[in-house]
Amino acid sequence: MNFPILSSLILLPSIGALFLFFTKSTEEKNITVKYVALFTSLVNFFLSIYLWILFDHTTSKFQFVEDRIWIEGLINYKVGIDGISILFIILTTFITPLCIISVNNSIKNRLREFLIAVLIMESFMIGVFCSLDLVVFYLFFEAGLIPMFLIIGIWGGTRRVYSAFKFFLFTLLGSVLMLVAIISIYWITGTTDVTKLYELGIDAKYQNLLWLAFFSSFAVKTPMWPVHTWLPDAHVEAPTAGSVLLAAILLKMAGYGFIRFSLGLFPVASDIFTPLIYALSVIAIIFTSFIALMQEDMKKLIAYSSVAHMGFVTLGIFTIQQQGIEGSIIQMISHGLVSAALFLCVGVVYDRMHSRLINTYGGIVSIIPKYSVLFMIFTLAALGLPGTSGFVGEFLILMGAFKDNFLVAVLASLGVIIGAAYMLWLYKRVIFGKLVNLELKEMTDLNKSELFILTCLAIPTLFFGFYPDPLINTIEVSINDLIKVYNISLVNN
Amino acid sequence: MSNLELVFPEIFLSLSIMFLLILGVFKKDSSKLIQNISSIILLVTAVIIVNETLGIKQTFLFNGSIIIDYLSSFMKIVTLLAAFLVLVISSNYLKTFKIFKIEYPILILSSVLGMLVMISSNDLIVFYMGLELQSLALYVLATFNRDQLKSSEAGLKYFVLSALSSGLLLYGCSLIYGFTGSTNFNLIANQLDNDQYALTFGIVFILVGLAFKISAVPFHMWAPDVYEGSPTSVTLFFTMVPKVAALTVFIRFLYVPFLNLIDQWQMIIIFLSIASMLFGAVAAIGQTNLKRLIAYSSISHIGYALAGLATGSNAGIQSSVIYITIYILMNLGLFSCLLMMKRNNEYFESIEDLSGLSKNHPLLSLSLLIILFSLAGIPPLAGFFAKFYIFKSVLEQSMFFLAIVGLLSTVVAAFYYLRIIKIMYFDKEKDKYDTDHSLWLKLSLTASTLLILIYFLFPSQLIEVVSRINII
Repeated sequence: MNFPILSSLILLPSIGALFLFFTKSTEEKNITVKYVALFTSLVNFFLSIYLWILFDHTTSKFQFVEDRIWIEGLINYKVGIDGISILFIILTTFITPLCIISVNNSIKNRLREFLIAVLIMESFMIGVFCSLDLVVFYLFFEAGLIPMFLIIGIWGGTRRVYSAFKFFLFTLLGSVLMLVAIISIYWITGTTDVTKLYELGIDAKYQNLLWLAFFSSFAVKTPMWPVHTWLPDAHVEAPTAGSVLLAAILLKMAGYGFIRFSLGLFPVASDIFTPLIYALSVIAIIFTSFIALMQEDMKKLIAYSSVAHMGFVTLGIFTIQQQGIEGSIIQMISHGLVSAALFLCVGVVYDRMHSRLINTYGGIVSIIPKYSVLFMIFTLAALGLPGTSGFVGEFLILMGAFKDNFLVAVLASLGVIIGAAYMLWLYKRVIFGKLVNLELKEMTDLNKSELFILTCLAIPTLFFGFYPDPLINTIEVSINDLIKVYNISLVNN
Repeated sequence: MSNLELVFPEIFLSLSIMFLLILGVFKKDSSKLIQNISSIILLVTAVIIVNETLGIKQTFLFNGSIIIDYLSSFMKIVTLLAAFLVLVISSNYLKTFKIFKIEYPILILSSVLGMLVMISSNDLIVFYMGLELQSLALYVLATFNRDQLKSSEAGLKYFVLSALSSGLLLYGCSLIYGFTGSTNFNLIANQLDNDQYALTFGIVFILVGLAFKISAVPFHMWAPDVYEGSPTSVTLFFTMVPKVAALTVFIRFLYVPFLNLIDQWQMIIIFLSIASMLFGAVAAIGQTNLKRLIAYSSISHIGYALAGLATGSNAGIQSSVIYITIYILMNLGLFSCLLMMKRNNEYFESIEDLSGLSKNHPLLSLSLLIILFSLAGIPPLAGFFAKFYIFKSVLEQSMFFLAIVGLLSTVVAAFYYLRIIKIMYFDKEKDKYDTDHSLWLKLSLTASTLLILIYFLFPSQLIEVVSRINII
């Protein structure tokens, strides 16, 4: 494979953004601008599907590897994918075009700049998922802060400044410690190449501190309790497309980081700190579920539910069971689809009524039936009803957890129940009941683009709910190997 | 005297200064001419250095009191180019304030001459001579807008405090001379014996004087006032060019004569570095004047450059040199933006004046955005790499505390850079600024922004040049 397909994936959106940068932005030309962005991201999507077709899922080796000297004798630009990362790349390229379609209704001013930010964001996110060098990873991981900060800050709601700052500084604070760890790894082993580090292994005596430094970054990004507080703020203030990107993809960077780096590079430390992760995950699942139950604001509710769902993800990852990690990845993909859809659903009613408060709505089932049906599907997927992708993920995670730690699994299962409670209650209050507000009668049902986006998200949600094999086949071998290597290095130390 | 061509740049520069002085006296209204000639002279001097000395690994002149090596050649070129850019982008500003006089370029040339001498000095006396030549020119430059109270105050403040620090420095020199019997750096190195305690006093005094010149905490008090009061084009000069020379002297002074006493001075540098990084970051938060804010930010950046020096390794020196180079690039862009904030012959320098800049001037604000994120050290911009090299060299010496404090203070510093971005991008717009900027100003802003933006594509080049610097 000589064609640098991964680099093209990373570069294409940026080239599209550059192209947009040189177009004139006027009201009439907004459509053109949007089509350019959409075209770029669609090309990227098809390229990533092509990548999935070419992808050989019988091996856990990194594929499509590109290795170029970047800083002489120090860092190589190295990218490559395995079963763990490819799904995230496809998720990214899948969600971005949908985001771009969705800007129709929500972004009124400076559309061109918004699309540039989204496309650059896409570049960075794909970069995160395929970089095989710690410095390159850090570069993409951090660089994503810039466009996201602007997306929240420029196009956000009333408290956007506070939220944007909180988002930026929280994440930066977590990440700088990771930078110390990355440089320390270079100093200890003489390389930052992930594949080489997998072979070399890192001396057990350093692992604890390094693990904690990486953890500080990933915990903020995941986000785990108690550093999750930036997420509800960021979500509430971000424009719909921003929330979608944030929930669907940005949060997954950390989950991916845990699997790729925490488990892969520091098995001994991961083993030691598993109880910590369990505790934080269980607290996140139960505590934030209760918080979600009491929210008045729909976006906040979904944001807290994201924290709870990511709690399941971290729990699953650190069970170090085949099912647990597979479940985590499927849960992340599923959460990417479902939370994106839920934020879009909120965006749909917000665009019409300009309110995100739950008590504004009620009894709109007969006014906007199409919306109600689709919202129903995603609500059920979020609470993990069998037949949706949410179920597959949660079920596998709990299965892994039961194998590893009974108590944790029981507590996490409780979280599932509360999750069902807040999601159903939300749905009931918004869709059913009496018509509380006469203005609601004026609401129009989904327009074509909204219907298209939500259907696009509903199809994979249901499809992978019934038939998760394509996902599991892709990740199985890689995870199997990861666990093998993990256990071997535990025994050796 | 066979190697006289190696100091040809300095000789050329001093002859040019004299020529320009005479020209200025005899020819009326020659300020524009002299400005142009001066910028050409700076460029020509840089070219001479590239031709004559860049290839030389290490040569001593005049009984070893002048040293020509990669470090000196590189730093001289940086100094000259930075001074050249200052000169060409400041003419509009000076014209607005009606201080477009012949003295301005000549003073800049003289201070540059002083800096070149400093950079090449291998002897306490030569070093002091260069330092004073440079400082005297700078005092006058600070008060250049003499009708303005603030400018005069800045100059006076700078003069008094700087004279004090020069005194301390000179006292340190005399102590060192007294205990080693020599002023030459190499001879001092040979004369070091176990009788170190008295020498340490000398080192400390000199370090205090130098720390003052680069405005490292706790000798930074003059910087915010002077930076705010001086004309903006002079502030630009202050934040960039003298730091290069002072840093070079720092490197040479610590690493040539006193490398063996590293245990004595390392803690001092670490303290200066940590204090500067933290204080610069924290104190900038409350500022409302952009020039004051830049003063604190430059204090903080000097802290990072010092962190590289504290390592006691070649890699550390190289990372400091890279840092100061990238810092100059960023500052150049920052001040180009500041010099563009002009409306009806009035310059604005409060942060609030940036409000909503992105709506009226999208390109200007985008450049400023890139520069500010780079100053905050966010990848993939050049500022990140500058910090990355510093922390790499610091961590190589297992100085974890320094690295962690430094990185945490970048988070604090990020706050005030973000605040500027917030004002530019999130706030309501004000009136438009003028757009009739000089070509040089536009060029320097575009060039510095682009270089910062695409530095990550070719990071090896700068390292390759700098990696030839070999002091130890």
